Amino acid sequence: MTAQTRVLAAWQRGRAVALVPALSIAVALLIGAMIMILSSPLVSGEFNPTLPVTAYQAMLSGAFGSFDGVVRTLVNATPLVLAGLAVGIGFKAGLFNIGAQGQFLIGALTAAAAGLALNEASPFVAIPLALLAGMLGGLLWGFVPGALKAYTGAHEVVVTIMLNYVALAVLSWAISGPLRGQNVTFARTDDLVAASLPIFLGRDGHIGLLIAAVSVPLASWLLYRSTIGFEIRTTGANPDAARYAGMHPRNLIIFTMSLCGLLAGLAGASQLLGEVGYMTASFSTTVGFDAIAVALLGRAHPVGILFGALLFGAMQAGSGNMQILAGLPVQMVGVLQATILLVLTAEVVIRRIFRVQASGPELVELASVSASYGGKGTG
Amino acid sequence: MTPELHSPALLEMRGITKRYPGVVANDGISLQIRAGEIHALLGENGAGKTTLMNVLYGLAAPDEGEILMEGQTIKIASPHDAIERGISMVHQHFMLVPVLSVADNILLGDEPMKNLVFVDRSVASARIRELGASFGWEIDPDRPVGQLSVGWQQRVEILKAIYRNAKVLVLDEPTAVLTPQETKEIFGVLRRLKAEGYAIIFISHKLYEVLEIADTITVIRRGKVVGSRQPAATNEDDLAELMVGREVELTVDRGESHPAGSMLEVEGIFVNDDRGREVVHDVTFEVRAGEIFGIAGVAGNGQDELVGAVTGLRRAHRGTIRLGGDDVTRADPRRLHKMGVGFVPGDRQRFGLVLSFPLSDNLVLNDYYHPPYARGLVRDDDAILRGAEAAIARYDVRTPSATVPSQTLSGGNQQKLIVAREFEGDVRLLVLDQPTRGLDVGSIEFIHRQAIARRDTGVAILLVSAELDEVLELSDRIGVMYRGRIVEILDGRSASREEVGLLMATGGRSSGIQQQIVETGS
Amino acid sequence: MDALFDIPIIGLVVQFAVYLFDQFPIVAPIIAAAAVPIVLGALCGFMNERSGVVNIGIEGMMLLAAFTAWWTASLSAQLIPTGPGPLGITPALLIGLACGIGAACLASLLHAWLSISVRADQIISGTIINIFAFGITGYLNLLISQQAPPAAGQFSKFLLPGSITQLPVVGFLVKSFVSVGPIAMTMLIGVIVLQVLLFRSRWGLRTRAVGEHPRAAETVGIDVVRLRYRNVILGGVFAGLAGAYLTIEFGNAFQSGMTNGRGFIALAALIFGRWTPIGAFGAAFLFAASVGLERSIRIAPPTGSLGELLTAVPGQFYGALPYLITIVVLAGVVGRSIPPKAVGLPYEREKTGG
Repeated sequence: MTAQTRVLAAWQRGRAVALVPALSIAVALLIGAMIMILSSPLVSGEFNPTLPVTAYQAMLSGAFGSFDGVVRTLVNATPLVLAGLAVGIGFKAGLFNIGAQGQFLIGALTAAAAGLALNEASPFVAIPLALLAGMLGGLLWGFVPGALKAYTGAHEVVVTIMLNYVALAVLSWAISGPLRGQNVTFARTDDLVAASLPIFLGRDGHIGLLIAAVSVPLASWLLYRSTIGFEIRTTGANPDAARYAGMHPRNLIIFTMSLCGLLAGLAGASQLLGEVGYMTASFSTTVGFDAIAVALLGRAHPVGILFGALLFGAMQAGSGNMQILAGLPVQMVGVLQATILLVLTAEVVIRRIFRVQASGPELVELASVSASYGGKGTG
Repeated sequence: MTPELHSPALLEMRGITKRYPGVVANDGISLQIRAGEIHALLGENGAGKTTLMNVLYGLAAPDEGEILMEGQTIKIASPHDAIERGISMVHQHFMLVPVLSVADNILLGDEPMKNLVFVDRSVASARIRELGASFGWEIDPDRPVGQLSVGWQQRVEILKAIYRNAKVLVLDEPTAVLTPQETKEIFGVLRRLKAEGYAIIFISHKLYEVLEIADTITVIRRGKVVGSRQPAATNEDDLAELMVGREVELTVDRGESHPAGSMLEVEGIFVNDDRGREVVHDVTFEVRAGEIFGIAGVAGNGQDELVGAVTGLRRAHRGTIRLGGDDVTRADPRRLHKMGVGFVPGDRQRFGLVLSFPLSDNLVLNDYYHPPYARGLVRDDDAILRGAEAAIARYDVRTPSATVPSQTLSGGNQQKLIVAREFEGDVRLLVLDQPTRGLDVGSIEFIHRQAIARRDTGVAILLVSAELDEVLELSDRIGVMYRGRIVEILDGRSASREEVGLLMATGGRSSGIQQQIVETGS
Repeated sequence: MDALFDIPIIGLVVQFAVYLFDQFPIVAPIIAAAAVPIVLGALCGFMNERSGVVNIGIEGMMLLAAFTAWWTASLSAQLIPTGPGPLGITPALLIGLACGIGAACLASLLHAWLSISVRADQIISGTIINIFAFGITGYLNLLISQQAPPAAGQFSKFLLPGSITQLPVVGFLVKSFVSVGPIAMTMLIGVIVLQVLLFRSRWGLRTRAVGEHPRAAETVGIDVVRLRYRNVILGGVFAGLAGAYLTIEFGNAFQSGMTNGRGFIALAALIFGRWTPIGAFGAAFLFAASVGLERSIRIAPPTGSLGELLTAVPGQFYGALPYLITIVVLAGVVGRSIPPKAVGLPYEREKTGG
């Protein structure tokens, strides 16, 4: 193959994969517009059919209209990329990691604990160690459901949902107890000094952004070029065949869940050390759930997840502007995200309306996720 | 009692056509069935018999054609309609809910009611007992179906079909899971039902069964009716040619075998099933290099677990397994593969293939991690593709390319893909589990010939098949499995169907055909 | 007695038992009140999962219902202001209840459509409902709160004469289970009725068959798709009651995200209760008891060595206990909980084949 045909083939493949998500986003934005119009009497006391135009314009200019806005988009996308990978790589192994939220929280918490302990140390020591602590915390929160699934068949969906709430309890205990700051008026830790991530881009572009950027090609390589990735994908598509082929699905499930936990934990650590600077009990509560939408939007492919995270990051970055200029609460973003996901899930309908052929690689591994809920464990 | 051949048809299917994406499963099929007639539908696997019956039973909507009952056109849009019209069906795969009792399974969908809300089980149970007794079966209506043996589940299926006061009874390969003796018993039941005036459609791909039981035989090939015969005016060769479309040798010539030393030695092993119950007890046998050792038995008598232990998918908790003298009792699948064990799994889509992966990835499923297919942790996609293209050519796998997903292949080509992977390299032992289940005659022939060719190069072959004919045809020696034990080892060339069948049904200890309910626990 | 208390470990257990015996009559109504939405949510899950549809969207359905019930009740109260009748019933509250149930049923219809007709992944479908419910209720609540509508009030409890509720031993039980509001009563009735129907009625038999082996059910003439649709939508009624309970019976206000994981605890109760109404009921009360225990330890801490021990345990531990118990149960440590076999599998009526 020449370079030219390769590029052409990649373009066609990319178009085939991206077409349905792109159409879904468009349809979802239209549905979102209808919700805005219907709720406009609550905003301004009368029906306002142009409200969506104002809102979307404000959102767009908020996200991309200025250098700071673009940086904001990138910064918002950072935890979504990492946590999105934490969900997407799970999908590839046939695992539905609803626990990214809990892993994210625990990662942030352990990073905070390490950062507080190292507050007097040099940043060159404190930053890597705090990030590492975040990864290890997340890893632990991923390892547990992985090991339970592998050895007892306990379905990871239920276990990770439960662990999300256990994580909340741990967080609330730690912040109001051992990690509570000295001179604070509400339950929070002291400011993290040494471990806070340096800003290198604009007002708040911290180096977590680079970590997320590097993680995408790394994840791609792992999944599609390495033998471990082949094992992960085989386990996801057909765990019985994987076992017969001499792979070890149990170990792979534990490995993958731990890796997912690590990534989500890193997302939490990066968010905490790069943006917030101290830990509270109400720390970023939806990243782990947004990550599910991001992973589905990106069809569990690292590059797709990158795009999905950028889209959601931009929507969040523009939401403040939307609230100011159009008077719509920022929660509208959550509604839009759910609508995108809904339309995407009903893609059969989208394909029928727009007469689009099957959209390239399906997320076949997903087929085994709900199916395994009925208790058909591995091994 | 011979049916009145010129009496009007009770049921008629006219010009039924059913298309699925890429295939015409039924192409203008017409069929007439009379009351008091056993009408056999003969055809290869994949010929379209089951699709036709699904159309009749409302499980598939035909694209063209109509169905007439007693001369009137009827519309069957769902099984509910079919049942309403007096059509009952015993499906190829059990349609029983394991956790429900025998009675609940039988009355499901047509429940006798005490009042508007509650089911009246007592009346139903009495009727079921009575119905069973009329066939000489002692039925316990309260027992969960999941605890019954395969043979008894088939009896429950038949009771379920009759319970509904049907006029037309369809049986789709009802004998596939039965021993020859159980088959005889079921044939007796069918003859009685025929005498009672049922119209019976009997589906099979076994020639001798069809010749024995049918009044009329309709042969289907590639979705079309290719001929109709009276049993008296035909024979196996004629039917086989009609069924396959060319002259076929019904049996592959297995030739002489020249076994050498022992390759696989299984000594006193005990194996548990998934639920932790011991289902293989003290099994001992050996397979010599250059011979085919067949294991015959009714499905569910421990064969799956025995195969699991030999291929490393399960652990034998007692006993030893040796391969070429090395202890492999605790070896995992990868080590066994390295030592030269090839395995064609019984459920090929579940264990043999990753359906969503391209053919190329499926061909390196065992070898993806070492050169030439990988260097260190990195896959070599070019080497994988080159190897795949060579294997596809060598084993005549019909596919547009090596990069299409394996789910796009036909069953026969999927199995060839597995054979291409497992028969290659320095193989010393081949484990073939149901190697031809559900395949067309051409693919069956291909796989049988490949197996014999590998035997002749000195490979030891362990063949496990629920298809007794296949075991009888290929094996040099036959071990019969019954309730987790090998009860007898026979010479493959002198053993008779009846002899092996009786051992399969009774383990050789009792002479009666009546099989006890096999406890399979809860 | 004191000597008994001083024995290591056993003494603690004895102290604990005495403490529970003392406190239980006081916290029992709290436990019962906390259990109601969990049981109702679990009944929603029961209706879904017994017929073969996974539902992790109970949380979202409850939240939608809680908001809708509260909002519509408050709007109707402005239009038809009437004084409360027996059990605090007003037309506005009834309208709110109906709308809350309607909202949860609509969400269930969406779940049914995605799971049964589109044959999408059922867990994703549930996730969508959760995210959407969280977003839309938060969004509308913020918009509404700018005008701050007055609350419509709430259903009140069925009051028993004090002579009954003050009976020794049984009095507090009667008070917890009988002296309750209309939605809590519905819950009690729902549990009993569904338990009986599951094993003895035609509907129950067919539902179990469809949840275990839908194809077998289809071949005896049962319309799998219709039965699943009906059960999933009926399940929405229970999620609706659960949500409405929070905003028009237990309390009379809505806060963003106020279900606070109850829908997931309901799922846990269903699993712990082995997919039966009675089991889920028991599990929900056990889970609620851990909330009650936390409350009682905070308000009336036990004395002695037990008191030192229990007050040393962080309060969050009791909140997390239901989740931890569920994980332990799922892992099969305390007996395995086996779900309906076909749960999670989309059903395809017409398959390509032979």
